[in-house]
Amino acid sequence: MNTKNNLTASQPIPLSPEETPVSVYDLTVAYHRKPVIWDVDFQIPSGKLVGIVGPNGAGKSTLLKAIMGLIPKASGRVQIFGKPYQKNRHRVGYVPQRESVDWDFPVNALDVVTMGLYKEIGWCLPVRKKHRARAMEALERVGIADYAHRQISQLSGGQQQRTFLARALVQNADLYLMDEPFAAVDAATEKAIVQILQDMKQEGKTALVIHHDLQTVPDYFDYVILLNMRVIDHGLTAEVFTPENLQKTYGGRLTLLEEATETMRRREQSL
Amino acid sequence: MRPFVLVLLFAMFCPECMIFAAGDHGEVQSQSSITDRSIAIPEWNDWKRVFLLEDYNTRIVIFGTTLLGMAAGMIGSFALLRKRALMGDALSHATLPGIAMAFLIATSLGIDGKSLPVLLAGAAVSGLLGVATILLIRNLTRLKEDAALGIVLSVFFGAGIALLGIVQQMKTGHAAGLESFIYGKTASMVASDAWLIGCAGLSCMLISLLMYKELTLLCFDEGFAVSRGFPVVLLDMTLMGLVVVVTIIGLQAVGLILMISLLVIPPAAARFWTEKIVNMTVVAIILGALSGMIGSAMSAIFPNLPSGAMIVLVATAMFLFSMVFGVPRGILIRKLRRHQLNMKVNRQHLLRGLYEFLETRGLLNEKQISESTFIPLSTLLQMRSWSPMKLHKIVKRAQQDQLVVTLQDDQLRLTKAGLLEAARIVHEHRLWELYLITYADVAPSKVDQDADAIEHVLGPEVIAELESLLVQQSSERVLQSPHAIEIQQQEPNSPRSSSRRST
Repeated sequence: MNTKNNLTASQPIPLSPEETPVSVYDLTVAYHRKPVIWDVDFQIPSGKLVGIVGPNGAGKSTLLKAIMGLIPKASGRVQIFGKPYQKNRHRVGYVPQRESVDWDFPVNALDVVTMGLYKEIGWCLPVRKKHRARAMEALERVGIADYAHRQISQLSGGQQQRTFLARALVQNADLYLMDEPFAAVDAATEKAIVQILQDMKQEGKTALVIHHDLQTVPDYFDYVILLNMRVIDHGLTAEVFTPENLQKTYGGRLTLLEEATETMRRREQSL
Repeated sequence: MRPFVLVLLFAMFCPECMIFAAGDHGEVQSQSSITDRSIAIPEWNDWKRVFLLEDYNTRIVIFGTTLLGMAAGMIGSFALLRKRALMGDALSHATLPGIAMAFLIATSLGIDGKSLPVLLAGAAVSGLLGVATILLIRNLTRLKEDAALGIVLSVFFGAGIALLGIVQQMKTGHAAGLESFIYGKTASMVASDAWLIGCAGLSCMLISLLMYKELTLLCFDEGFAVSRGFPVVLLDMTLMGLVVVVTIIGLQAVGLILMISLLVIPPAAARFWTEKIVNMTVVAIILGALSGMIGSAMSAIFPNLPSGAMIVLVATAMFLFSMVFGVPRGILIRKLRRHQLNMKVNRQHLLRGLYEFLETRGLLNEKQISESTFIPLSTLLQMRSWSPMKLHKIVKRAQQDQLVVTLQDDQLRLTKAGLLEAARIVHEHRLWELYLITYADVAPSKVDQDADAIEHVLGPEVIAELESLLVQQSSERVLQSPHAIEIQQQEPNSPRSSSRRST
């Protein structure tokens, strides 16, 4: 929100690797030999709200998943606070896309939030009262404590999204990776999520958020990554979020590259 | 009654009985008794013997199958929630060649080929081989999992049948009885077998109890589990391993064709009764235990019936009951809820119609008038596509709730409570209409129908949000309608209805 003030103060300052929440070097990910993201390379500054913007199929979710090692990388390297993800995953909270799970699962909102604590609780040990109390606090923070005991399919889309957010919040991480938290949510939920993002920033935490609503990008994010298979540009919103860059991101796709890989793939299949 | 049901049962499972009889020469005689007397009604003593668990062997067998049912219910809950239920089916079919091979190898080595541990070891090896083949097909080719399942299931089962044929041609072994693994037969179960089954089942339950949290997370949100650093592949393999063990120990009692039912039916039935995973597991364990217990008891009473079939039938009966009568997810309760919603919608339409009738005639301002004006039913009929009979029913129900009072069956008026309720309903209806016009760009002339569809299910929290969004000046108790109300347009018709009333 305060991009104007930051403009002069925080020109990309080289941070030490330990302070950089996410560093991605030459990352390429492919499905069935077809590259989804290509040579992605960026670092994000600490304590900022960072938006990832790009058209459908640009590889936004793939990028997030590759950062966390959920899908294999074809090449490249990712560091979280200067270490591989596996070493620092306790500092990362993940909010998956709402559609990624079956909501007709026999658990309630409180159970889902407690799942964020399973790692901390440890193997073979039961969930205790203090864990539930912490989960309840997280639900209060996102404003749906009243629905803690509702089965999750009976929550509205926005409430489901907030449940996922609470599950990440309960971990008390330093870096949050969110996959389209604003997708198809009601106005109240959108407001609640924005408020929580602002609180995170106040606490010096970093959020990397996939976002699809271009209108709100300048209001919500200090820093933007424009992605369409490769990084078109990244930097402070005020500098990078320009009509030319958006044209490059949403306009012509990398047709030549895509065609070449498509031909290659087809030839391989016919062999 | 009971003989009739039994005849039906026999008719359903006759093919199986025939195969059994062919394989087991001891049963040929009883086969004839079936056709002669149509049913072999067990003596009172047989019932007593089984139900009082007088036989040591029966006792042990029932104990074993009960534990098997419990383990299958518990592991099956996770398999079902992980959407891997059919994997269990492919797996159980893939065990048949292993059983035949184990028998062949054991007899050629001079070991008793029909000892249960030997056969189950063979079954486990070929079952795992089957699962590995499924994973290989899925990962190396572009075939989807269902195709891989179908291929492995049928190929392995076919190979098993062929191998069984070969085994029976051989002079060395007494291969008779191996087929009982196809349909399940508790009669051949000895105490040591039952102990093996029971202990393996208990261990499976213990393992899944210890990993309850982790398995739940795996089933609900695999991606999140990976991001938190849970060894998802290992967890998945553990779950598959548990399914393998339960399937293998169930082969003797339930048979490889029907084993899937014990894994799937109790958890699926349990899902109708609860929205909590813990409760679902507990109910599945109980239903599984009952299926195993009653099924094997039935099989002990009717030695000709394959125990697998009995167990499945018992489980199915409980499933059907749960599907129909289960609360909160059964069919009946959902139908009832829909019916209640329909009744609520109809009543709201009635009250809104009465309210708008009074409103357009300016009769609302004074309480005495609005509560004493009688409205002919015929005007209401014009407002909605209700048949006279339906309207009559709706009015009758509203009358029972003391919202309206009727006069001579063809006129009615709102009571005090009815007027309050009607005002609330009209207000909410108009809030929603206004919302549609302002935010969803619906034309004011069309908004009435669109609002109708949704407004009845709006919760109080939504209403509050709508109000904060739309009502600037809260002086009005009931919002003005954003569109012309149709009654006014139908005004020319009313003389006709009044004339009819006078006749």
